[in-house]
Amino acid sequence: MVEARTSRSSNRPLSPHLQIYRPMLTMMMSIVHRITGAALYVGMLLLVWWLTAAAAGPNAYASVQWFMETLLGRLILFGYTWALIHHMLGGIKHLIWDMGYGFGPAEREWLTVANLVGSVGLTIVLWLVGYLIMGGIR
Amino acid sequence: MTDHTPRSLRTPLGRVRHLGSAGRGTGHFWHQRLTSVANVPLTIAVVVIIMALLGRNHAAVVQILGSTFVAITMLLFVVSSIYHMWLGMQVIIEDYVQDELWKFVTLMSNTFFSFAVGLAAAFAILKLSFGL
Repeated sequence: MVEARTSRSSNRPLSPHLQIYRPMLTMMMSIVHRITGAALYVGMLLLVWWLTAAAAGPNAYASVQWFMETLLGRLILFGYTWALIHHMLGGIKHLIWDMGYGFGPAEREWLTVANLVGSVGLTIVLWLVGYLIMGGIR
Repeated sequence: MTDHTPRSLRTPLGRVRHLGSAGRGTGHFWHQRLTSVANVPLTIAVVVIIMALLGRNHAAVVQILGSTFVAITMLLFVVSSIYHMWLGMQVIIEDYVQDELWKFVTLMSNTFFSFAVGLAAAFAILKLSFGL
């Protein structure tokens, strides 16, 4: 029974897996959406640390401020900002797709490029505003 | 699976009833979309709040975060986004974790983490508001 099944299935064509396909922007952005989601999952710890420190008192809050001012803290915050905006814009793109729009060859590429350009651009704009107008992380 | 030797008088349908679907239908998918829509304005609002808090000292941060509308916005964001990430991580785990034991462990950890993080954030916001 088992032998019969294996010999039969060995002749069947295999379903093509990821490495068969030429990498495309839409599929790259698909996995990036999931990766940014997972990163934001961990990043939520940062927001909760900040909130609980503010609630705990000036000393705890000072340690958060100290960490955010370090190079590592700034890099993490910068990455967090980009992941948040990229996931949000990607989410809007997915909502458009959920409604059945934007599946044309040109539209799906345009949406995906807009997702990437928009997230990088908005992140840079937010940090420029943060530093030039709000005086940076302190 | 193709073995039809009768061992029980129960029909195949009777055996699988209440074992397959969790009875939630498209609830998971729908809640993921529902919270994603809510997260768009809430995320923008929270980014604005955080930008407004840059460069301020602890006393000012406490005063702003504890003010009624800011606290309500923060609470809505925390509830919606943590529910969203709880659902999202569940999908990731179900996609990649094949081992049954590991799947249970990671799914439970996902729930524990989400509730712990969510309750800690909610408690912090309420404490800032009520000034305890």
